[in-house]
Amino acid sequence: MAMLTVENLEASYGAVRALHGISIEVAEGELVALLGVNGVGKSTTLKSIMGVLRPVKGTITFEGQEITNRSPEKIVKRGISLVPEGREIFGTLTVEENLRLGAYVGFKRDRYKADLEEMFELFPILKDRFHQAGGLLSGGEQQMLAIARALMGHPKLIMLDEPSLGLSPAMTDQIFRLIVTLKERGSTILLVEQNAERALEIVDRAYLLANGQIEHAGTAEEIKRKVDVASVYFGDQTDADSCEVSL
Amino acid sequence: MIDLEFVINTLSLGSLYALLALGLVLVYGILKLVNFAYGEYIMIAGYAIYLSATLLHAPWYLTLLIAVLAAVLVSYLTELIAFRPVRSQSPNALIVTSFAVSVFLQNVVLIMVSPRARPVQLPFFFSRTIEIAGATVPLRNLLVIAVTAVLLVALSLLMKKTVVGMAMRAAADKFTTTRLMGVPANLVISTAFVISGLLAGVASIFWVSRSASVDPLTGAAPLLIAFIAVVTGGMHSTLGAVVGGFVYGLVFNLLSVTLPASMISYRDAFMFALVVVFLLFRPAGIIKRGYTEERVG
Ligand SMILES: Nc1ncnc2c1ncn2[C@@H]1O[C@H](COP(=O)(O)OP(=O)(O)OP(=O)(O)O)[C@@H](O)[C@H]1O
Ligand SMILES: [Mg+2]
Repeated sequence: MAMLTVENLEASYGAVRALHGISIEVAEGELVALLGVNGVGKSTTLKSIMGVLRPVKGTITFEGQEITNRSPEKIVKRGISLVPEGREIFGTLTVEENLRLGAYVGFKRDRYKADLEEMFELFPILKDRFHQAGGLLSGGEQQMLAIARALMGHPKLIMLDEPSLGLSPAMTDQIFRLIVTLKERGSTILLVEQNAERALEIVDRAYLLANGQIEHAGTAEEIKRKVDVASVYFGDQTDADSCEVSL
Repeated sequence: MIDLEFVINTLSLGSLYALLALGLVLVYGILKLVNFAYGEYIMIAGYAIYLSATLLHAPWYLTLLIAVLAAVLVSYLTELIAFRPVRSQSPNALIVTSFAVSVFLQNVVLIMVSPRARPVQLPFFFSRTIEIAGATVPLRNLLVIAVTAVLLVALSLLMKKTVVGMAMRAAADKFTTTRLMGVPANLVISTAFVISGLLAGVASIFWVSRSASVDPLTGAAPLLIAFIAVVTGGMHSTLGAVVGGFVYGLVFNLLSVTLPASMISYRDAFMFALVVVFLLFRPAGIIKRGYTEERVG
């Protein structure tokens, strides 16, 4: 049985309907991608799962229990963590404080130190910047902090919203390698990406979103085969490199 | 002109204004709401002193304790009953609600007590004066400095060393993201209102001691001072509020000693003009954010 099941999810911002019935599934230990161009509703899907946005229709089930319409803090407690688009680091707080808040849910004093050491191993830069304000970190460093902050809460499912957005190619490589590492460590991951080519190299399955609907779904291989048909999604303009330039 | 007496008076006025400003900015930081009912928490605390002294014949320390508790309770309850239900609506709904709460509380005391001013009995030692190096200073002025210092240290420890404090600073920066850490929104907001009420209650003791009376509109002036201090100091940090409070006290006292006697009554007008000119040149206030938000995507 799937860990996360989203059924016929509809969401809107005021009168503007953003999602028109989306169904996705993520099984335990899977790395699944949600792909699509700007504005198709990827972030909206994650925000709805997280309870930040109230769905208009549809159900969201996590570990066999319905979590539709729960508050974000309750959903985090159940074991889902979102690394938001744009990283959303607490800029006035130090790296240490950012990580401490990440550990807020289910905090256990005895494992906290060990968790920090683990994060330092995954992201050595965080050790150097431990006492610095989060807002002073570079974009890539902030992304690592955002991921580390989410991991500190021991989520069962971690959702990453465009972790490579605005990063240099080298930093993008590093983030993608990290995602693979996380999967190998047993994390269940739902990855939102515009950089479909890169994402399809590492994921098990993928959903292709267009206009608030799932257009294609399948294993990475199956989607790649469809890519040539629907090459419109994978033009160079969604490349990380061009992202850099446009900043 | 600028002697020890001036320094102490400025520090005490600045302390009082810093307390006022801090209580207002704590809630603003998190809800982005200028709470117009904030002045009423101060007014209620004044009435709590009056009522506990006249009805309960409570000793002075109890009246002060009851005053602070009353402000905390009213602040907490207004959040629970009035602000919480409209929080998810538009920001305008919150502002309108805060006006409504303000008017409601004024009318409660107006109907239940009296529209006219009531005398407030303050501790006998408040009006004592003491001599320091030739300067004659009311004890009250030294007390407000000491109490403010203690509160500032305590508050800064709370914000820096406790998880709730961290969560409050985080929420002031990014509210939704703070909830994504699993921090309950209600916890953060309630805590902000409780501390805001506490500061209003303590400030009220010193505020009403100046006129030794309280009436339903007592809250208007401290609210205005707090608001100006916060805007001048910078709305994005508690430090800004404290600095704004002290600067306000300093400028006010400077005007008091430099303006000719015939113009003293226009002191507030000068004050506002200075603030407006200052904000033209530095709209973000004295203390700006320590970093700039990077725009992504
Ligand atoms: N806060 C908002 N208010 C109103 N409309 C919004 C809001 N956020 C998103 N939308 C609209 O909802 C649709 C889906 O947006 P969403 O952010 O989910 O897209 P996305 O797939 O994440 O895009 P991107 O790759 O650019 O992040 C878009 O048409 C967008 O304009
Ligand atoms: Mg998005």
